[in-house]
Amino acid sequence: MNLFCVGISHHTANVEARERFVGHAAIDRRLREEAGCAEALLLTTCNRVEVYAASEKPVSTERIAQCLLATGLTPEANEFDAFYRHEAQQCVQHLFRVTSGLDSMVIGETEILGQAKKAYAAAHESGAVGPFLHRLLQRAFRVAKQVRTRTEITRGAVSVGSVAVDLAEQIFGQFETRKVLLLGAGEASERTARALAKRGVCDIRVTNRSMERAESLAALIGGRAVALDNWEMHCREVDILITSTASPTPFVRRENLEPLLRQRLDRPLFIIDIAVPRDVAPEVNELEGVFLYDIDSLQSIAQQSLAQRKEQIAAGEEIIAGHVQDFSGWFVATRERKMLASGASEPTFRVSES
Amino acid sequence: MDRLLLIISTLWFFLAMVRTTIAIKAHTYRSAGFNFFSIALGFIFQTAFLSVRGHALGRCPLTNLFEVFIFLAWSVSLIYLLIGPAYRLSLMGAFTAPLVFGLQTFALLAPIDRPHLMRIAPAPWLELHASVSLIAYGAFALACVAGLMYLLQERQLKTRELNSMFYRFPPLTELFAAITRLLWLGFALLTFGIVAGFLTGQPLPYVKVAWSLGVWIFYAAILVARHLGRTAPGRIAALCVVAFSTALTLLWGITFLSQTHTV
Repeated sequence: MNLFCVGISHHTANVEARERFVGHAAIDRRLREEAGCAEALLLTTCNRVEVYAASEKPVSTERIAQCLLATGLTPEANEFDAFYRHEAQQCVQHLFRVTSGLDSMVIGETEILGQAKKAYAAAHESGAVGPFLHRLLQRAFRVAKQVRTRTEITRGAVSVGSVAVDLAEQIFGQFETRKVLLLGAGEASERTARALAKRGVCDIRVTNRSMERAESLAALIGGRAVALDNWEMHCREVDILITSTASPTPFVRRENLEPLLRQRLDRPLFIIDIAVPRDVAPEVNELEGVFLYDIDSLQSIAQQSLAQRKEQIAAGEEIIAGHVQDFSGWFVATRERKMLASGASEPTFRVSES
Repeated sequence: MDRLLLIISTLWFFLAMVRTTIAIKAHTYRSAGFNFFSIALGFIFQTAFLSVRGHALGRCPLTNLFEVFIFLAWSVSLIYLLIGPAYRLSLMGAFTAPLVFGLQTFALLAPIDRPHLMRIAPAPWLELHASVSLIAYGAFALACVAGLMYLLQERQLKTRELNSMFYRFPPLTELFAAITRLLWLGFALLTFGIVAGFLTGQPLPYVKVAWSLGVWIFYAAILVARHLGRTAPGRIAALCVVAFSTALTLLWGITFLSQTHTV
């Protein structure tokens, strides 16, 4: 029995190339009946299309790639060159790296684990998963969990919006009673406000030069529109201020914020300034209880987190290596037992044709 | 025998401190489970020490500066074990272990464990006054620890230099709520301890009365400032650190100078 993986990902091909290999409804059947795989599982995400399979006889990369080609398309010259192939232990290691987020575009992202679980459920339902892939996938889920909990690979947000939400959480903890004011109804502030609403913020106020735009955004995110003239009054009440106006000069300045803050000294104010040029003067950060983050500082934290995640790859690889050895031991023993039962003999993992 | 128990206890706090430091440096600090377990074991040996010493003395073991320091360390551990997990302040253990380790190491190394030549008669009100006051100090010590954590977290947010521990800290508002609760707990216990001191029926040393009232007024002022809402949380946190450091220094100084302080 051979265990192998054939796939195409963001490492080897751009989106135009990847989108030609989305597979189709009958892929499981084709992989088993036409390509000759005994067990097969298709993992598709926006960054990768991969087949994990177990087969008695060698199955070529081209054969698998053919099966993956979207219905109605014909292969272009050298198109299959973008496909990679991992055999035996390398296949096990690759899957463990993928489910742990080590192979992802954003290192440590956790969405891949859910996608792998869905792929397994679909293959299981169609009867394409046998004892080898079942064991392999179950182990991959366990490895991913261990890598996540024993390293800092998922630590820290890596996008501007999620950095802002994480910072807000580190300041306020629970969001249910928090109030947010959006100064300007730009797309970036809308995304951040949506993320905050998703985390439980109930009181979102939107103000904009155009009241109509403020009202439409407020309706979209479940907030309420307030007049721009009253923004200072609302500042006294809110916990988070998100600014994204098109003002050419900073209009939130130390001198207009300081008197407001004196009336709310016991509550911190988190200011997220997504505007370029900036809406909030930098010296506002010097005020007691004010935490000001502009687009550069948010991006810098996102990059720091990404760098920290990369530092954790070695620790993740170490965990994976132990599991690869363990799984390989089980695979070889099981395969030999099956072979003895069927009268054949084959000592170790076999590397099949690539 | 009793010192051996204390040494074992100190070693547990040392282990908690070293393990946490290594984990933080290696960016592998996960849950505070080991920390909590080590502090709990250290606490058990502290309790055993106090129990053995108490039985030998036939009274609450607060007869010299050494015992005062150990009782204070025990109070800090007790309050941490009670409130740490309840208020999701498990990271506080990373700060509590070094504090307790420092207190106990100082007590063990300094020549302050001087036995009294004459057996001191038990005095229930006096013992209650001293023990409750020291437990109040335990609460103030943890308010100081929470204050330090608040200041560290606030500094990181202000400077935008977030280290790997940033996301392991409790949120600022929750830390501030914990500081407030610890201040109230300590203040209530201290008030009770002072009242118990006046009920002993014995003449009280002027210096100690002035010191106790001074500490009480200091913490009362912090609580008033906290609830008037006119002082920023960062300042309240800083005041907690200053107040406890001052009170601890004075406690040491006064107890050291006053060799008659035998509860």
